[in-house]
Amino acid sequence: MHLVNIDDVEMRYGGPEGTLAVSGLNVKMDRGEFVAVVGPSGCGKSTLMKLTTGLQRPQKGAVVVAGQEVTKPISIVGMAFQNPIMLPWRTTLDNILLPLEIVEKHRRRIRTHRKEYIERAEHLLELVGLKGFGPKYPWQLSGGMQQRANLCRALIHEPELLMLDEPFGALDAFTREELWCVIRDLHAESDVTVMLVTHDLRESAFLADRILVLSARPGRVIADHRVPFERPRNLDLLFDNDFNHLVQDLHAEIARARDAA
Amino acid sequence: MSGARKGPTFIQLAPWIYTAALFLLWEGAVRLFDLPVTFLPAPTRIAEAIVQYWGPIWTNSLQTLYTTLLGFVLAMVGGLAIGLLIGWSRSIYAGLYPLMIGFNAIPKVAVVPILIIWFGIGSIPAIITAFLISFFPIVVNVATGLATIEPETEDILRALGAKKMDIMIKVGIPRSMPYFFASLKVAITLAFVGSVLSETVGSNTGLGNMMAAAQSRFNVPLVFAGLVMLAIEGIVMYAIMAWVERRMTGWAHRSSM
Ligand SMILES: Nc1ncnc2c1ncn2[C@@H]1O[C@H](COP(=O)(O)OP(=O)(O)O)[C@@H](O)[C@H]1O
Ligand SMILES: [Mg+2]
Repeated sequence: MHLVNIDDVEMRYGGPEGTLAVSGLNVKMDRGEFVAVVGPSGCGKSTLMKLTTGLQRPQKGAVVVAGQEVTKPISIVGMAFQNPIMLPWRTTLDNILLPLEIVEKHRRRIRTHRKEYIERAEHLLELVGLKGFGPKYPWQLSGGMQQRANLCRALIHEPELLMLDEPFGALDAFTREELWCVIRDLHAESDVTVMLVTHDLRESAFLADRILVLSARPGRVIADHRVPFERPRNLDLLFDNDFNHLVQDLHAEIARARDAA
Repeated sequence: MSGARKGPTFIQLAPWIYTAALFLLWEGAVRLFDLPVTFLPAPTRIAEAIVQYWGPIWTNSLQTLYTTLLGFVLAMVGGLAIGLLIGWSRSIYAGLYPLMIGFNAIPKVAVVPILIIWFGIGSIPAIITAFLISFFPIVVNVATGLATIEPETEDILRALGAKKMDIMIKVGIPRSMPYFFASLKVAITLAFVGSVLSETVGSNTGLGNMMAAAQSRFNVPLVFAGLVMLAIEGIVMYAIMAWVERRMTGWAHRSSM
């Protein structure tokens, strides 16, 4: 039984004459799996995320998550985007607690069980290397620190499915590699299922169990690579020959997909 | 730190120095060119008038302050409510916005006679004019704050099952507060324009009325005394609004929003 099953989905923005974003899209994800999605820009990667989380509805095909057809937003997901968009009037801790004030299961409890939730948030802060930064305001944090806090926010309600849309695109190379390790450890420590959209092929090969390559718009899956490297992985892998071969193959596939359009 | 001390002190004193310089120049020019008092009275002459007519100046200043503040408070409440409503719904926005633009384009001086027909001579037309003229910038600012919520923020919250009301309370309203408080500074000065306008066109109280009456008696120093009182009230109210803004939304000045 797959956690995510996207079956022959077609999705068009802006009415019958609008942009056909994805077509004939099939994606299956097992529980606990880490799937990376790569492809030419504008090919429908973010659309795939929105379909999976119920923010958009397909015109054709079905999206089933955790055994249920997705007809409206589902709260078992946590999301993080390239732009961390912390709310500047809340401290980092209060930003991280925000999802708990929304999700049905928690919003009734947060007032009475605040202490327990704060402990959970502080545990997450420690995991991402931000211990003690809870009372700081977002503008007091660097870009990389904000993105770490953003990950905490995405995880605070213990989602089954973590959706990351180019989360490290705006960061420098070293910060990005640090955050790869953070994500790797978060995934190893829990049984969360992860979908990571990225344009960084090394990032996808370092982190994922499987890499899906999308065609140019309208997006569909044109290749599904199983990433063979043993876990736990460390950054030395980036200099491994097989690793670089995989990255080169991915690169060639995407270049072909772009030219075919 | 102590080296940087000198700059701020001068900057803090600058408003007083510039104001004093303006009055000195004014006084000097009037004396140098021997301007008649019915054309431009010197600041000392205006000060005399303020002392001489202090009784009526004080009551009329309070009257103007009262109508202005009442109109302003109504505009604050109404502007916030309409701004949130407009930001809430696209269709309300589409329906109300052109109406409000049209309404705002009407010169308020043309509205005052109608208000007097409806409500008679008195405080009410001044309050309503102050309200009408200061309402619009508040609405526009609040609606702007709501309209510029990042779509990603909305996506994240909607994906968690947030209703429109949740997004409004958790993000929309706090986010529009800096815009709201910034608009109050503009609105309070406009409110004075509205109330004095109404008092000048048709009223038997307030600084506007007092100045109109003084003008018809060629008591030019008293006209200027009224102007000085208005300027003082305007500056004080503006300063209070600026202070409130800093107190309420300090975060907006520190972050790069
Ligand atoms: N809200 C929208 N309205 C209209 N067109 C959209 C919208 N969102 C995305 N698109 C279009 O759909 C296509 C796929 O977009 P997206 O999924 O964001 O691509 P990617 O994330 O792969 O860069 C693009 O051509 C984009 O212009
Ligand atoms: Mg995208």
